[in-house]
Amino acid sequence: MIVTQESSPVTLMPLKRRRARPLFDPPIVRRAVRDSFAKLNPAHMLKNPVMFVVEVGAALTTGLAVRDAFGGAADLVFTLQITLWLWFTVLFANLAEAMAEGRGKAQADTLRKTKTETVARRCKSGNRVEEVAASQLRQGDVVICEAGNLIPGDGDVIEGIASVDESAITGESAPVIRESGGDRSAVTGGTKVLSDCIRVRITSNPGETFLDRMIALVEGAQRQKTPNEIALNIVIAGLTLVFLLAVVTLLPFAQYSVASAGAGRAPSVTVLVSLLVCLIPTTIGGLLSAIGIAGMDRVMQHNVLAMSGKAVEAAGDVNTLLLDKTGTITMGNRQAVEFIPVDGIEEAELADAAQLSSLADETPEGRSIVVLAKEKYRLRGREVAEHEAHFIAFSAQTRMSGVDLDHRSVRKGATESVAEFVRGNGGIIPRELVEISDRISNSGGTPLAVADGPRVLGVIHLKDVVKGGMRERFDHLRAMGIRTVMITGDNPLTAAAIAAEAGVDDFLAQATPRDKMDLIKKEQAGGRLVAMTGDGTNDAPALAQADVGLAMNTGTMAAKEAGNMVDLDSNPTKLIEVVAIGKQLLMTRGALTTFSIANDVAKYFAILPAMFMVTYPVLGKLNIMGLHSPESAILASVIFNALIIIALVPLALRGVSYRPMNAAALLGRNLLVYGVGGIIAPFPGIWLIDRLLGLLHLA
Amino acid sequence: MTANGWLQIAVFFLVILALTKPLGIFMEKLFEGRGTRLDPLLRPIERGIYRFCGIREDREQRWTEYAISLLVFSAVTLLVTYLIQRLQGWLPLNPQGLGTAHAAQGAAAMTPDLAFNTAVSFTTNTNWQSYVPETTMSYLTQMLALATHNFFSAAAGIAVAIALVRGFARHSAEAIGNFWVDLVRATVYVLLPLSVAGALLLVSQGVIQNFHGYTAATTLEGGAQTIAQGPVASQEAVKMLGTNGGGFFNANSAHPFENPTPLSNLLETLFIFLIPAGLTYTFGRMVKDTRQGWALFAAMSVLFFAGVLVTYASEQAGNPMLAGLGVQSQASASQPGGNMEGKEARFGIPASALFAVVTTDASCGAVNSMHDSFTPLGGLVPLINIELGEVIFGGVGAGLYGMLMFAILAVFIAGLMVGRTPEYLGKKIEQKEVKMVMLAVLTLAASILLFSGAGAIIQFAKNSWVNPPGPAVANLNNGGPHGLSEILYAYSSGTGNNGSAFAGLNANTPWFNTTIAVAMWVGRFLMIIPLLAVAGSLARKKVVPASAGTLPTHGSLFVGLLVAVVVIVGALTFFPALALGPLVEHLLMQQHKLFSMVMFGWWS
Amino acid sequence: MWKQWITAIRATVVLSLLTGLLYPALVTGLARVLFPRQAGGSLITVNGKVAGSELIGQKFTRQEYFRGRPSAAGDGYDAANSGGSNLGPTSRKLIERVQADAAAFRRENPDFHGPIPADLLTASASGLDPHISPASAEAQAARVARARRAPEEQVRRLIAARTEGRQLGFLGEPRVNVLLLNMDLDRAWPANRPR
Repeated sequence: MIVTQESSPVTLMPLKRRRARPLFDPPIVRRAVRDSFAKLNPAHMLKNPVMFVVEVGAALTTGLAVRDAFGGAADLVFTLQITLWLWFTVLFANLAEAMAEGRGKAQADTLRKTKTETVARRCKSGNRVEEVAASQLRQGDVVICEAGNLIPGDGDVIEGIASVDESAITGESAPVIRESGGDRSAVTGGTKVLSDCIRVRITSNPGETFLDRMIALVEGAQRQKTPNEIALNIVIAGLTLVFLLAVVTLLPFAQYSVASAGAGRAPSVTVLVSLLVCLIPTTIGGLLSAIGIAGMDRVMQHNVLAMSGKAVEAAGDVNTLLLDKTGTITMGNRQAVEFIPVDGIEEAELADAAQLSSLADETPEGRSIVVLAKEKYRLRGREVAEHEAHFIAFSAQTRMSGVDLDHRSVRKGATESVAEFVRGNGGIIPRELVEISDRISNSGGTPLAVADGPRVLGVIHLKDVVKGGMRERFDHLRAMGIRTVMITGDNPLTAAAIAAEAGVDDFLAQATPRDKMDLIKKEQAGGRLVAMTGDGTNDAPALAQADVGLAMNTGTMAAKEAGNMVDLDSNPTKLIEVVAIGKQLLMTRGALTTFSIANDVAKYFAILPAMFMVTYPVLGKLNIMGLHSPESAILASVIFNALIIIALVPLALRGVSYRPMNAAALLGRNLLVYGVGGIIAPFPGIWLIDRLLGLLHLA
Repeated sequence: MTANGWLQIAVFFLVILALTKPLGIFMEKLFEGRGTRLDPLLRPIERGIYRFCGIREDREQRWTEYAISLLVFSAVTLLVTYLIQRLQGWLPLNPQGLGTAHAAQGAAAMTPDLAFNTAVSFTTNTNWQSYVPETTMSYLTQMLALATHNFFSAAAGIAVAIALVRGFARHSAEAIGNFWVDLVRATVYVLLPLSVAGALLLVSQGVIQNFHGYTAATTLEGGAQTIAQGPVASQEAVKMLGTNGGGFFNANSAHPFENPTPLSNLLETLFIFLIPAGLTYTFGRMVKDTRQGWALFAAMSVLFFAGVLVTYASEQAGNPMLAGLGVQSQASASQPGGNMEGKEARFGIPASALFAVVTTDASCGAVNSMHDSFTPLGGLVPLINIELGEVIFGGVGAGLYGMLMFAILAVFIAGLMVGRTPEYLGKKIEQKEVKMVMLAVLTLAASILLFSGAGAIIQFAKNSWVNPPGPAVANLNNGGPHGLSEILYAYSSGTGNNGSAFAGLNANTPWFNTTIAVAMWVGRFLMIIPLLAVAGSLARKKVVPASAGTLPTHGSLFVGLLVAVVVIVGALTFFPALALGPLVEHLLMQQHKLFSMVMFGWWS
Repeated sequence: MWKQWITAIRATVVLSLLTGLLYPALVTGLARVLFPRQAGGSLITVNGKVAGSELIGQKFTRQEYFRGRPSAAGDGYDAANSGGSNLGPTSRKLIERVQADAAAFRRENPDFHGPIPADLLTASASGLDPHISPASAEAQAARVARARRAPEEQVRRLIAARTEGRQLGFLGEPRVNVLLLNMDLDRAWPANRPR
């Protein structure tokens, strides 16, 4: 199941979020253990060249062990132990992958439960309705859903309005409103109508619904390797071949050396296989696919559905973030922040009048005026009914609203309209009115003039309020090299003021969908990757054009189809977290690759002296760990190599820790931890295992 | 080690440092077609060549066409070189009558496999010499068949490097330049003028330049001495400037006629690094960020000094067994001390150690001392330098494109750690680049290790014509771990297109001539072609503008990273082989262990 | 493709002429004008006959002459077959050779005590090294003086006169040209010149 998580606006750290599922969830581990044996199938292993080499090596030593068991060789116990640990190496890698997949599968199971067979009421020609199985619905069919019905398939509401429980998909229990026309018309199969009745036109065929795709995605059934993963695979496959060459040719070199020194014997195949397995990058090779799957999984835990791993990877690369102002950067509504009276008027009088005019105004702006008056002047909402009040609602013609009572007519509205009203009542317009209005406009606010009959009282300053913590987020993004561009329909003046307040790098004012598209194309032509959010049908082309298009689940089906991610919580700020996850995904790969290669240094120091202990005893000087016998040195290295895979599974699944900082600092830190750390770590590790083997008399 | 020794090394490095920028600017102007100061003198020659060859100066090539031009040109020049060698007996400028019936006693035969090996060797900028020049090659062969390649292969190397840099510098482009134009410009404007000046400087120091027959002298004790002669200076200059390294004489730059004084020695050492160092600056200019060029220069310098330190220290420490025999090993004002076996008295230890490191940092391969006789660790450094891919300044062009290859690899692995698709100089490093780079890395490792592995154990039948009967290691001059080093060095040098040798190995047999020729060919073209593919792929990409999220590739962190990647890739690949060669030999030398050639009982 | 071959052949022809014939010819011409002696091999003539090159070492075996370094060129100082011994540091052959040479040296130079200068017992890289270190010359001074029946003082003075310092003050090593020093001996004591 998917659990919604409280949104914490300031953090960029996905890791700090509450986890939906413990890392080692017992049912998942049980299933993963089973799966890791099934994955031993060579046809499956072939997809992972590094681990395939290990499997071949394990098979080879198994054969040797069997041969020795019958032939009675002296080092049978050693060969058997090596063989065992080589198989463990493969199994551990498989386990990592199975664990990552298991988490997806568990989620898929939860989803699948909602996919019970429902009955659809399909409209036929005329007004007839027939009942059919949901699986028989085809694109273009129209169905009727009433309160209590499950919506049988994905579609658009074409008639009516209803509240819908989408918790099966989003985990969010609060119902949402779906209505025909506009940007809230899309409904998803498997969700439940709570009230009213709607007609829905089905937009997808069975097996292709959103739910179906979601199940397939979380199950990893459609998982394709991402471009970067393929490139990394090439590197580690190449390194594997290099090490294969180094180990294979060690045999003739050893034969020469043995003949030349006249002592010892060339290393056995078992020893050579051990060396090879220790050298090839098994750590990253074994964890690579787990990292990829886990990255998708982490996105999922943020209630974001990525259509492909490629999209998540691209998120890490994003250079430019296009964010809609409304709802993302600002609260979405203008709020009154100040009352500015004209000369000769007390501020309290203005506040009183403003409040009076807004008492019946149910718009967010109106409510905010009442609230401000209350907070600032302790003016309580009065019972106006006793004054025979007559409220005048806002209309596009008058561009004013207000109230008539006790021979007063209080109005608030656009400055020109209010001025007109005052002149009509025989009043005069003080010069400051225009000055104050202009000042507010210039600062990005909206002026709302207030008048009482022929008297101009002053202006209410309405302002877009920027969400808390946005500036810090944009600073973090900037440190990561990501530019934020605010998209708004406001005029440039207003846009500039809000942009400055929110701390975005740039803005696009009076933006039309076309402007948005042009901006994306321009950025892309400059080699930048662009991410954006959108929900409306007119956002669809831009969502498709952007490298990362995060569609809101509340948006239209067209928008969801066009983007490559859907945010089930419909929270546009999620984009920032998705970017962080994408970066974390790449960093985890880089860190484990570096760690894996750095490990080889210690392994050489452990194994090479052991191999030539008899031929060149003097090479014992390289045995800086003081490993007690050649067998234990080799065995300890192989065991370390296998255990490190298991030890790093949590890191692979969780991702390396990530704090926004500039690239050089990040690289320096990671190189220190995973590069230098990777060189040092195996020394004590192998030494410890060697001691244990000695204590247990295993080698 | 002496203060004076380090002074020589420091002066060498400072001169290179001082010349890097001016030469870099010159080459950038030249290859970007922006005109140079030499135009009044050389432009007519350049245009004449284009007219004669039908080259259209303004027509650029895609990477495939560029590569084909390079391959076709290499094939034609290879064939010409082979033919001149085989026909030298019938050709002029052959006072010793080499390759004819009336050649002097001791003259060597020009067999097909030797001619093939030599032709490949010079075409690939390797200049591995299976022959003794003064008893094998006529003056005409040396000039027309061999020294020409010192220009061509060097110019081709520069061309490839420039093409690769264009890949980084351009965006959304198909073409990476015109091979013929780059080849001609590198030859006419860079190599020729420097060579003329360099040759004359060398003659002033005593390097010979004549077409006389060999001089018969009566020594002070009344013995007869035949003194080899020839047009040496002209070949010597370009041999160093083009990082070719094929000596006019067998002793190469140790021969007093090739390198008569400490000053000529300094000049020759400088010539090796001159163009490769300049190219780092050219690179920086072409990608519009000279810090990028200096970063490569810095990485190269770090590796250079590390090598010099180890070699100089071990050569000066000398061989403890000689010290045990009452040989002076400490340096003093009147004698050099240290390991002087295979070194010239006029150069002493520091200038020999420096030369050995420089010649293998670059893919030059000229030697002023015999690497085979170096102490194990002193000899390990040249071997490792080659196996690291000769990217420490490197061969002309080859060093730059080799280092860029490692930069791509470093950026790919470490670049991931900043959470972005790796990018270098604004170009995203993706599948194609990585594939090609790994192909090159793998090819080099495969060629060195597989051939050496075979060489260590292969045996030849009694009636074998490819090698004397018995094991291939019987062609060695040393037993024990040192013998393994000799084989390893031969194929490393061949694959790395270096050309220097642990020269105790008698490689003039059909087996060694052919296998080393294959190694040289593979090492040259399976490196160049993938990198040209990278150039083509990079040129097509857009440039990602740098931001705070971009891994900076000009700071000390990147320099350190690059050095680490170069060392780690090389060390991990070759550590087992090196452990059984130079490393164990070093430890055994401390224990006064000796080896002779009679030891191989196991194939009888 | 075909056109590429034509271009390649033409380029080979014209560039070979330029770099393989014109260039060496130009350098030869200039060298002959500017540095005729060096270009010709810095030859030394004695009585009109070429006695060698000042840059090429010679084999000296007699007691009356200073010895040069061991040579691996041909059968020793073969100036048409240069090269080093290529013996590695753990070569039995090398150690035995040095051991034998050291013993012979001490036998021939009984007045010399202390460690023998390294250059005198190690083969040069070219096999044609014309130089030895000043210490190596000093080590032989007593023997040469005795063989020449000359005052050791004067022999040492000749060595000092023939000692070249580091070039430009810091390049290379101080050294003595053996051939020139031996010619100095012959000039100083012509009567004792070996026949």
